[in-house]
Amino acid sequence: MPLIELSGIERVFRLGDSVVHALANLDLSIEAGEYVAVMGASGSGKSTLLNLLGLLDRPDAGRYRLEGRDVTTLTADEQARVRREKIGFVFQSFHLVPRLTAAENIALPLMLAGVPPSERAKRVEKALADFGLAQRADHRPDQLSGGQRQRVAIARATIMRPALILADEPTGNLDRATGEEVVHLLESLNAGGVTLILVTHDASLGSRARRRIVMQDGRKIIDEAL
Amino acid sequence: MKPSDTLRFATRAALGTPLRAALMVLAMAIGVAAVVVLTALGDGARRYVVNEFASLGSSLVIVLPGRSETGGFNPVNAITSTPRDLTVDDAQALTRAPAVQRVAPIAVGTSEAVWNGKLRDVTLVGTTADYLELRRMELAQGRFLPREEPNAAVAVIGAKIQSELFGATPALGQVLRIGDRRVRVIGVLAQSGQGLGMNADEVVILPVAVAQAMFNSNTLFRILVEAKERSLIEPAKAQTLAILKARHDGEEDVTVITQDAVLATFDRILSTLTYGVAGIAAISLSVAGILVMNVMLVAVTQRTAEIGLMKALGAEGRMIRNAFLTEAALLSAAGAVAGFLLGQAGAFVLRTAVKVLPAYPPDWAVIAALATALATGLVFGVMPANRAARLDPVDALAKR
Repeated sequence: MPLIELSGIERVFRLGDSVVHALANLDLSIEAGEYVAVMGASGSGKSTLLNLLGLLDRPDAGRYRLEGRDVTTLTADEQARVRREKIGFVFQSFHLVPRLTAAENIALPLMLAGVPPSERAKRVEKALADFGLAQRADHRPDQLSGGQRQRVAIARATIMRPALILADEPTGNLDRATGEEVVHLLESLNAGGVTLILVTHDASLGSRARRRIVMQDGRKIIDEAL
Repeated sequence: MKPSDTLRFATRAALGTPLRAALMVLAMAIGVAAVVVLTALGDGARRYVVNEFASLGSSLVIVLPGRSETGGFNPVNAITSTPRDLTVDDAQALTRAPAVQRVAPIAVGTSEAVWNGKLRDVTLVGTTADYLELRRMELAQGRFLPREEPNAAVAVIGAKIQSELFGATPALGQVLRIGDRRVRVIGVLAQSGQGLGMNADEVVILPVAVAQAMFNSNTLFRILVEAKERSLIEPAKAQTLAILKARHDGEEDVTVITQDAVLATFDRILSTLTYGVAGIAAISLSVAGILVMNVMLVAVTQRTAEIGLMKALGAEGRMIRNAFLTEAALLSAAGAVAGFLLGQAGAFVLRTAVKVLPAYPPDWAVIAALATALATGLVFGVMPANRAARLDPVDALAKR
């Protein structure tokens, strides 16, 4: 059973009079543990696809099965629960809460899930150590470097041990060396069994994945194993 | 999400923007403080009046000539239209009532008092020896009207009359001319300060027979009756009425009011005033409520990206709504507490500035103000919180 199974997905946006098919009749299947790069020019539908996979958006037609379960018909709150337990997000602009420390940012998903504070502290401490942030636990985001911020974001995305990590241009705001470091980190997570889906328009980054999907005008024009 | 986490998250969020939080707390505090201070003022006025009345003697029954109640058409009314006047004999008769302690007839008029070429308008009160104790008055010098000589040409004068007419000269034993009569001053009343109605410092008290002779009338203005104790006020009232009815050929042509009834009326009027003032102050509370809504809406807009993130991390709409509601409630509660302290301080200043005014805010007003502050905070927090909970995560995340 594939982890992700999309069939006949349509997503239509209306901008004034014009109708934009952000996704058109998309079929896609991704197995657990895969490392997929989604590429394409801006406006090609890759971000819409990522939002859809992350249950942040709903398709206008078609079916999305996650671990065999149809998630398109779930209520907003049920989808939130699925996001909490199965999906980790890594964003280009990190999206850390500025008033919270690194440790508190990492603990957010645990807090939302209602994990008791003692266990929370234990797991956050381990995550901080794993991601080389032990010295930065009490720093707020504005006291961290870009690479450290993204590491905090990745730690937060993995703290619930999700099956799927969705990364949207995770190196877009970082310099080359730091970006490299972050990609290595994500790849090592993938090596540990987590499914990694990376959205990027950086060809060299895309070529590191084991499977490449290229989007154009809401359609999948290339889907190849590398 | 655990309630303790929601509380902590909301606290951090509120403290994250100190100026915004401070302004909202201030607005709420002003509203609550307004309620506390204004009701303290209103209730202080009520207490002041009630205390003044109580100092007149709380077991008093007052008899007025004439019937003030409307009793519909009565054949007796049709025959006799003029009520009988109250007389000194009526007052005398009332002393026989078992529930009655003292009786004092009162005849009132104005005249001029002259001494040593100095002239002053005075209020004359004709009464008997019992008046002093009945009104809880005190003498500064001399003695009060003699019980044994009801026609003696003597007078007891108020403190202000004494100082203005006699100055440094001892007033006792002096002969005062009032109208066309001469009376000897036998006593001076102690200064009583402000009293309701008649100012006791500016009266000249004469034996009732002397006063009536001056006014050339044998009617009384009032008869004051003191019940033996507070619990006997109603029996005293009934007996008074029965005796006067019997003396007036079976006609109930007097009005008997009790001090309690007058007091209750004042109490009611001033309580209503306090409620009214509280209502006006409550308007500022609702204005504060609208400010809460405004501030929370701004907070939702400012934190749109954060809300989007929380949703991406798996926050359900309910969690987001609770966090924002808690934040609104926290700020309102802080404002309510600050306002309570501010209001109590204001009431204290009021009490210090105006010593006679017991300006303590009533408990109901304090509780109502605090509850209203919290309720408005929550009610006006609902709309922004719902807006936050309903934000579309994709749009929210796109905001920077």
